[in-house]
Amino acid sequence: MMLAHLPVLEVLVPLAAAPLCALLRRPLLAWGVVMASTTFALGGSLVLLFQVLSNGVISYHIGDWAPPWGIEFRLDAANSFVLVLVSLVGTMCAIYGRKSVEREISPEAQPLFCTLLLLCFAGMLGVTSTGDAFNLFVFLEISSLSTYVLVAMGASRDKRALTAAFTYLLVGTIGATFYVIGLGLVYALTGTLNMADMALRITDIGDSSTLRVGFAFIIIGFGLKLAIFPLHQWLPNAYTYAPSMVSAFLAGTATKVAVYASLRFLYTVFSPNLHFDAQVLQTLFLPLGLAAIFVASGVAIFQSNIKRLLAYSSVAQVGYILVGVSFANITGLTATFLHLFNHAIMKSGLLLAVGCVVYRTGSCSISTFRGLGHRMPWTMAAFVIGGLSMIGIPATVGFISKWYLVLGALERGWWPVAFAMVAGSLLALIYFGRIVEAAYLQPSPEGNKVTEAPLSMLAPLWVLTISCLALGINSEFTVSSARAAANALFFDPHPGLSMQVGP
Amino acid sequence: MIEGLTPELALGLTLLLPGLGALVIGVADRFPNIRETASLLIATALCGTVVWLLMNYLAGATAQLRVVQMLPGLPISFFVEPIGLIFALVASALWIVITVYSIGYMRSKNYPHQTRFYICFALAMASTMGIAFAGNMITLFLFYEMLTLSTYPLVLHHETDAAKRGARIYISVLLTTSILFFLPAIVWTWWIAGTLDFTPGGILTGKIEGPQAAILFALYLFGAGKAALMPFHFWLPAAMVAPTPVSAFLHAVAVVKAGVFTVLKVGIYIFGVGFLSETHASEWMIWVAAVSLIIASFVALRKDELKARLAYSTIAQLAYVTLGVSLASVMGMVGGVLQLVAHALGKITLFMCAGAIYVASGKRNISEMRGLGRLMPFTFGAFLLAALSIIGIPPSGGAWSKWFLMIGAADSGQQVMIGVWMLSSVLSVAYLIPVVARGFFLPLQGEKDRPQPQGQEVSTISQLRVREAPLWCVVPACITGVLSVLIYFVGPAIAEFVLPVLGP
Repeated sequence: MMLAHLPVLEVLVPLAAAPLCALLRRPLLAWGVVMASTTFALGGSLVLLFQVLSNGVISYHIGDWAPPWGIEFRLDAANSFVLVLVSLVGTMCAIYGRKSVEREISPEAQPLFCTLLLLCFAGMLGVTSTGDAFNLFVFLEISSLSTYVLVAMGASRDKRALTAAFTYLLVGTIGATFYVIGLGLVYALTGTLNMADMALRITDIGDSSTLRVGFAFIIIGFGLKLAIFPLHQWLPNAYTYAPSMVSAFLAGTATKVAVYASLRFLYTVFSPNLHFDAQVLQTLFLPLGLAAIFVASGVAIFQSNIKRLLAYSSVAQVGYILVGVSFANITGLTATFLHLFNHAIMKSGLLLAVGCVVYRTGSCSISTFRGLGHRMPWTMAAFVIGGLSMIGIPATVGFISKWYLVLGALERGWWPVAFAMVAGSLLALIYFGRIVEAAYLQPSPEGNKVTEAPLSMLAPLWVLTISCLALGINSEFTVSSARAAANALFFDPHPGLSMQVGP
Repeated sequence: MIEGLTPELALGLTLLLPGLGALVIGVADRFPNIRETASLLIATALCGTVVWLLMNYLAGATAQLRVVQMLPGLPISFFVEPIGLIFALVASALWIVITVYSIGYMRSKNYPHQTRFYICFALAMASTMGIAFAGNMITLFLFYEMLTLSTYPLVLHHETDAAKRGARIYISVLLTTSILFFLPAIVWTWWIAGTLDFTPGGILTGKIEGPQAAILFALYLFGAGKAALMPFHFWLPAAMVAPTPVSAFLHAVAVVKAGVFTVLKVGIYIFGVGFLSETHASEWMIWVAAVSLIIASFVALRKDELKARLAYSTIAQLAYVTLGVSLASVMGMVGGVLQLVAHALGKITLFMCAGAIYVASGKRNISEMRGLGRLMPFTFGAFLLAALSIIGIPPSGGAWSKWFLMIGAADSGQQVMIGVWMLSSVLSVAYLIPVVARGFFLPLQGEKDRPQPQGQEVSTISQLRVREAPLWCVVPACITGVLSVLIYFVGPAIAEFVLPVLGP
């Protein structure tokens, strides 16, 4: 019985737990609630993924109202994989968060912080699970609004967080508005909000200028949310000034969920069979993705604030994901999902490591990293492994991503793209090389008494780092899940509405 | 035979022993004697294991090991085959020698961070074993990158600005070539062939042709940046900032040989000799290698710093192997394998001698070394033996490799290349022999060149006392120096050993 309701409980539990945090008032209790609900979500999402992989699509009808009238939670291999990713990063950040946030946010504000965190988390899970296009908008706004506040909470450390949050608010709201405008146009055309139903009707109706305009609004709306180059300007500041734990959480989840949502629209609601859809993939995503790889990596090289550096690197990595999407073949999509997952693990790991440094030193400029290799050996070792993974050294997850990206390019016969992608990873070599040299080769400043970060922060950091290595040495789980996800999007764009597993 | 030791287990041990060694060395951080004894023991055990594997292989027992699926259909796997055995044997035997030498060198120079030094050495050795016994290209690539990373701290050892600069060049060139060329080449091969297993006769027959095959071959050759093919050679001179034992071992044995070993593997097991000679895919690389060979030899001539001269000589000698493989003839490949062995022994000796000279006299430049041979007769004697082998004068190891390489050139109708090798030999005489000649026959620097009375023989040796480097440094150099000559007598045996995998 419980298992049948799991798809909705997955979202509902963190959502219901959020106000509880605010009521509890005590930071310790609030963090307990956060950890419990994220861990529940992680366990639930794993169960759901295995169910989907073995039994196929799960369709849950909220309130037992049948779709397309009622709201449907629809889990296939694609979104259940993203659910695992979001809840994994969420859980690790929750465990990490208590100590880290202690330094950055006053005790009175901490329960509220927890509330927002859980709202954000639940929102992302909702965006991922739902099969209803308007419901997606609601969840998107739940997560976005709480994200703006979470970023702004970095203000106790640096006032610039406020402007960063405000910019993010403006851009994010424009993005959401674009999405609703686009959705409105498509709704006017199809008369339905259920995504699967919408897909069927679009196939019937065929191409029209209304559909195109709706499509354009939706894609640009998501483009703002996922920081597609050149719509990424909000991201570096938001990541830089947000509390460390929030940066790590957002880097692993926010853009990933937005990528998932846009894939859902590109492949399920619309489909590459539509001329303009395929056109966007090739003439928009490919060049923008490549531009992101080079421009953002190039900018990252010159950053002296490590969080900002990693933020630009994230923009570049979104570029890789977009290039993977633009291949419009199974290998490319597999690479996309793989990189979605792999990048989340390594970038969150890297930002957690930076968070450890911030916890001990109060700063994350490259000059504070001097000599840290000897003072914080575990933190920096994890950082180095994360960096190697970003470069794509074998035995890390970054290599697995790169393998599939290059393979996808070769299958399309896009030679220059394959080379551009491997060349882009060399830029990562430069910016990580700088940090590693600072940490290991430069003496720490006089009188520096920095010690290793506490265990409760190191443990989640190393869980991510070890999964970064383990899933790089044996990629069976991630590759098969990603392939199933890609198949779900690619071969099964118009699944029937009849399958009913709900209560 | 040892009870309970199966070839599979022994194969696993070759990979685990050095890793275990790194652990033990790390634990024994504060006890230099225990640390270094452990290093020696592990090196000996590893060499013993490889010899045991070799004996088993000769008796007909091969071994295979599959560990995990790194990618679907692409496991991390190991297997025993002749060329890998030879490479592993050379590397593990020389690890013992170089450990002895390191102990002498590092202690007499009293360098800091010696534990890190020995740990990285052991890790580099583990990676080398992984490369030698790799069962497919992806495993080789994995350990190839691990070797780059584990040797980076070794190059960096002094942590001076020069060392940082050198190490930066080292790691960026090696990683750049491997990511930019090697990785796409591997993915491409996987995409067209559907396998990456090392298979005698190659896996590409009928899968690729024309200019594409030539491009793929070039991607591999440039991608194996450790083979130091021009224009991606400059990491090698840059890495000479490392302590001499590192230069000797890593840049004469492990790292550069991993590069040419990769080239050999690609030629033999990915493309296959037959495929290469039919498609002429490798033809244009012959010229690239020849140019690299000649230029490097000329540059070596002009270098006054002994280690830099040896570095350029290495670049030239590595191009021998690349050229041999590109010739696409069986004899060329055999020559390549022999060159791998002969050059490893010869060049490690030369480097150890350079280090011994530095330890004893503090001198790095050849121009300052005149007369030193009289103070250090053993060191310079070993240098001479090794130089003869590098030049290729019989009876020395280098003679066989050059012999087979030239036959290979004739076989594939590239007679010009015979001329290239002859020129290169002359050049190597010109850049190696003067070091010895000046050492023995010119008066010591600082001493007045006294005009000697006509007709009067003065024994110059008897006037000076021998002032050699510590025994720990001299003995290893003498051993490998003698070995580099003695290898001449097993040359044909090695050739016969590898012939079966080269196809008809």
